[in-house]
Order: sequence, then structure tokens, then C-alpha cells
Amino acid sequence: MSSVESQPHRGPTVPFLDIDKIIGDRETKIIICCGSGGVGKTTTSAAIAVRAAEAGRKVAVLTIDPARRLAQSLGVGELDNTPRPVTMIDTAAGGSLDAMMLNMKGTFDDVVIAHSTPDKAAAILQNQFYVALSSEFSGTQEYMAMEKLGQLHAEAEASGRWDLIVVDTPPARSALDFLDAPEHLSSLLDGRFLRMLLHPAHGPLRFMTAGFSMMSAVMTKILGAQIISDVQTFVRAFEALFGGFRQRATSTFELLSSRHSTFLVVATPQHDALREAEYFVDRLTEEGMPLSGMVLNRVHTSALAISPERALSLAEDLAGTSAVLEVEALRRHAALMRTIETETRLMERFAAARPAVAQTQVQSLPTDVTDLSALRCVGTLLSDKD
Amino acid sequence: MTPKHTLHIVSGKGGTGKTTIAAGLACALATSGRRVLLCEVEGRNGITERFDVPALTGPEERRISRTPAGGTVYGLSIDAEDALIEYLDTFYHLSIAGKALDRFGAVDFATSIAPGLRDVLLTGKVYEAVRRKIKNRPNSYDAVVFDAPPTGRIAKFLNVHAAVAGLAKVGPIRNQADSIMRLLRSATTTLHLVTLLEDMPVTETEEAVAALRPTRIRIGTVIENMVTPTPLDHDQLETAAAGSVLLKVPRLTVKQNQALASEFAIEAGRTLQEQQRHDRLTALGLPLASITFDPGGIDEGAIFSIAEQLTDQMSLEDG
Repeated sequence: MSSVESQPHRGPTVPFLDIDKIIGDRETKIIICCGSGGVGKTTTSAAIAVRAAEAGRKVAVLTIDPARRLAQSLGVGELDNTPRPVTMIDTAAGGSLDAMMLNMKGTFDDVVIAHSTPDKAAAILQNQFYVALSSEFSGTQEYMAMEKLGQLHAEAEASGRWDLIVVDTPPARSALDFLDAPEHLSSLLDGRFLRMLLHPAHGPLRFMTAGFSMMSAVMTKILGAQIISDVQTFVRAFEALFGGFRQRATSTFELLSSRHSTFLVVATPQHDALREAEYFVDRLTEEGMPLSGMVLNRVHTSALAISPERALSLAEDLAGTSAVLEVEALRRHAALMRTIETETRLMERFAAARPAVAQTQVQSLPTDVTDLSALRCVGTLLSDKD
Repeated sequence: MTPKHTLHIVSGKGGTGKTTIAAGLACALATSGRRVLLCEVEGRNGITERFDVPALTGPEERRISRTPAGGTVYGLSIDAEDALIEYLDTFYHLSIAGKALDRFGAVDFATSIAPGLRDVLLTGKVYEAVRRKIKNRPNSYDAVVFDAPPTGRIAKFLNVHAAVAGLAKVGPIRNQADSIMRLLRSATTTLHLVTLLEDMPVTETEEAVAALRPTRIRIGTVIENMVTPTPLDHDQLETAAAGSVLLKVPRLTVKQNQALASEFAIEAGRTLQEQQRHDRLTALGLPLASITFDPGGIDEGAIFSIAEQLTDQMSLEDG
């Protein structure tokens, strides 16, 4: 019975995630949308940003997704590393909206330039390991997103240009990347392996020299001597920045765990997406990160309370007659109802396992979200309790 | 009859069902008595979840399914660190040194600072699995299916040659990368792209085809996943989508018929959009396969059904 209701199938026990309340709370200064790839994270963050701006918030939305989709959905051209105003929004309530896309390498370059002498910066920027690290390292995107978020937040605090930053996270390889990357990168850059590469025979690690030379020999064997010496050059040039990296990672982490930030986990009612969502929820909870709840995108609904079995039986009665449209309409309805049943089962399982996670649902839309009016529509669906 | 390709690489945008299709393809290749290896990277346990068996740990290659056609599918979850230690052991008998490196954080460092190295290690393991048959090694497979990274990263990931070229001009890693590249470019390797008939996945598929061209890796089939077939022609769909049809299902009330018609209008509109995207994919000039949407969700039975559909639509066999 409940599975054929026309309304979204959130059980009565699942708390409602009230997006408008989050947006309306002036203490909310950062909203982070996370989730696996292909669940509509970019669209969700853009829709929240538009809704918040039109409700009077001064919003900056930061997207990391290299597919440049936010630019498309906001109707602005190519986004670059600086926030650009989105002009088409309604500013009657006193809000504004700037959108930007993260340029990973550009952000990294800026950090290097800002924290070293011109000579040193030039040497680093040219080093091939730096080039690889800044453009390809699997955690760089996440790390630089956090770096940029820190910068935007500092600018917001200083200038008052924004009072809300909405961040769309990279499509993580695993649910943990996003939280781990800053720590991973900084521990990599000031880890003991690097210190040994730099000063193989000095300091408290001297007694390990024998082990190290064996290791160094192995590395040389696998990689070739040239690589090791290139890495050493790189590391020496980079050394001055190490402490800074760890410090910045720590302060970003603090900012994210503060009451001014909130996380939204985005998912679709599909097995893999919900499983990733569970990981995100657990991890955020473990880390004491402020989690507001989950946005479920592309939830199927039907306004016709006829079971798939009945629809198929009606279709069977009409098979072979001239009522081809009726037969097809009934079959499609049956498939839709089966999809709803599958989704309901998965969502109920999630809700049973994580009962405290508030949810809001956005129904599956007939067309792609590619313009501002469609984003507004998504914003309305997000905020709508039914 | 032999498998036409011994290595099938499967990529696709997140959410398109790439892992499910890779699993279906492995089952399709596992016909009478054949052994097929299904590998994944990035440790998502996606393979074992679909077959409802315990997660794969470490370097184990474990049987995860017997197919109705009488073959066997084995699963392997490839990890860069395990691959490096195995590599050191095989070529230099240095497994202890490998573990020491791991302890010092050197493996993490090396694979992180030179991401190309990580990719060489991951694809290197796939290479090793494929080569067992040629070298008459034990545990060899008739075919290997590789559930590869998503389309956004696939060209870069597979172009291991370019990835290490800037870092290693000569040396063992360079040689390894060269051998992997030869295998990837050979006629026995093929790459399939999984997509939904939605705008963004189709756009990413088009982009991936363009990005893969310079790698000279052969693209096999573009697999359209979760497709809802329709017996209706274009005009009928147009009429239905316009919302102007009056449905007359006996035993339904006028109101129910109206609700059915407006629901059908949306469904028909969706199908029309899907057909436009199908036309875009056709324009790529690559073989297409189409997998029917299964509203019941994915389990082993659904994977076997996908395997049948792939067997019917792809030419998997020689002779």
C-alpha cells in the first residue's frame, strides 16, 4: 500500500532535512556537498546556492568537478579560478551569487608563489615532480579545494563580500579521500621518508642510515638513479613550504568541524550510491563533522496508485488489440512502479541502518537541469517537505 | 572458438553501471570451462557486492561465480602497494625490501608523487594476469576483464607511457611501461565505454573517445546501459509526449486514465530524448550495444541476464 503512494516514500520516522532552515541560519557560513560520482552533487550545490542567494544570502559557490557542469547550469561561460557574478538571479532580497570553478594547478601555484621567494618559487614551478604533483596527484584536487575554501572564507570574513560559501566536492575515488587528502598530502610532504631523502645522514634518524641506503638502492633499482636525484632536488626546493602545508591542513579541518560549517551527503536511491553515502555519514560522524543530512536525488514517483501486477494484467488484456498506446503506457507504469519498489526498499534499508540522518528528496526530473529556472525548480523540490 | 580479445577494459562515467557491465561481460566470456578474471582498482568491493560474496582482500584471486554457461569468474582487487611488493619480489626477489619501503612510507610517497607510477603498477598487474596464458603459467585465464577508472580519467590512466615518460627516460619502470603499452595497443585488447542515454554521460563518452584516440588503444563497443526499449515509432512517441492522447484502458476510471496519460507523456518524452542521445552515439561510428533497464535492481541473476544480452550483441568470439 505505502509503496504505491503518490508522494515520496520517506517513512514517517525519517527526520526531514530542512534546507531553507540551513540557508536561513546566518551562522551557517559553509555548506559542503559530498557524495559519489554521478549523483547530482554539482546540481544540488548550484541549486542550494541559487536558492540561498535569492533568499538574501551573499553566496559564493565553488565547484571542483572538471566536467564544467556548474558553468553550464548557471548559464555562465567557462568558470575560472576567480569568483564571477551570476547576473541572472533575483537580488530583491539583497543577496548575490558568485560562481567559480577550482583550477587545481593554479591554486597550488598561488600557494607556492605566496609562500616562497621568487627564485625558489620559479625553481619549484619548473620541477617535473611539482608539475606531476600539482596536476595529477590523486589527493591534490581535494587538498586544493580545501585550500581555496580557506582562502574564500578568509576573504569573506575580511571583506564581507560573501556570507555563505557552498562547496561541491570532487567525485571521490573512495568516500574517505575528501577528508584524508589534506592530511595525506601534508604527511607525505613532511613525512620521514622525505626528511631522509633530504638529510640521509643527519639528525636523530642517523641510526637508520643502513636501512635507508638499502632502501635507496631499491628505489634506484626500480626507478633509476636519475629519478631519485630529481626528487631530491624537488624536495629541497619544496622544503620551506612543508610546515605551512600541515598548518593549513589543520586549520581547514578546524574550520570544517566548526558550527559554521555543515555537510550534506548527496545520493540517489541506488545501491552503490547509498552504500557510499553510508560511508560518508559514518566517517563524518566519526570525525565529529557537522552533518545536516542527506539529499536524495532522482527519486522516482508516480501519481497513479496502480500496482505493477495490475498494470501488467491490464496490458495483457489489451495485447493484440489496436490499443498499442494503452499497452505501452501500462507497461511503462509497471516498470516505474517496480523501480519505485526497488528504490523504496533500498531507502528503507538505509533509514533503518542510519535512522538519525535527516533526508530530503528530489524527484526524478523529466529533463536535464541546464538553466537557472531548472535550478530554481530543484531548489523548491529540495526545500519541499513532500 | 577462442575469445577474440584476451583483455577487455571497461570504463564509464560514475553512476552509469560500469562495474555491473564489467561483471556481465566477465560472465559472458566465461563459457564452457573457461576461466575469466574480473579485476577492479581503487578497492570499492563493487565486484564482490554484486555477486554477494565476501570482499576480496590482498592479492587473492578468488572464484566469485560459476556461470550458467559452465565457466568460472574469478575476482581480483588490485592495490598499488601489493602490486609494487609483488613486482619487487618477481623481478628482484626483494619482497622484504618492499615491506621495508612500505614501512618508511616510501611506497606511498613514490606512488603519490609520481601518479604515473601508481598507474603503471595497477595496469602492470593486469598485464601480468593477461600474460600468464601466453607464458603458460599456472592460474592463467582465457580472458581478463578490467573494471577501469571512470571515463573522465581513463585516457590519462591508460596512457602509462606518457605518464612515466616525463619522469623516467630509461630504466626498469620505463621498460615495464613500454611493455604494458604494447599490450594495451595490441589487437587482443579492447576497451568498452558504458553510458546512460542521458546528456552528461553521452558528452563524457564523446570526450573519452576523443581523448583515447592518441593512445591508439582500440575502442570496442559503446554500451548503452539501463535502456527502456519501446515498440512505438517516433510519431507515436511524439503524440504521447505532447500529452494530448486520450487513453482508454477498460476498468480504469477517467481520472486514472488521465493520470496514466500524463505519466506516459513524461515517459515518452524521456524515450524521445534517449533516442536523440542514441543518435549522437551512433555518430561516433563505433559498434553499439544496448542493455535493458532492470527495475528490480542488480543481483547475480540480473548480471547473467546482462551477460546474455552482451553475448547477443557483441562479437566476443573468433572463428
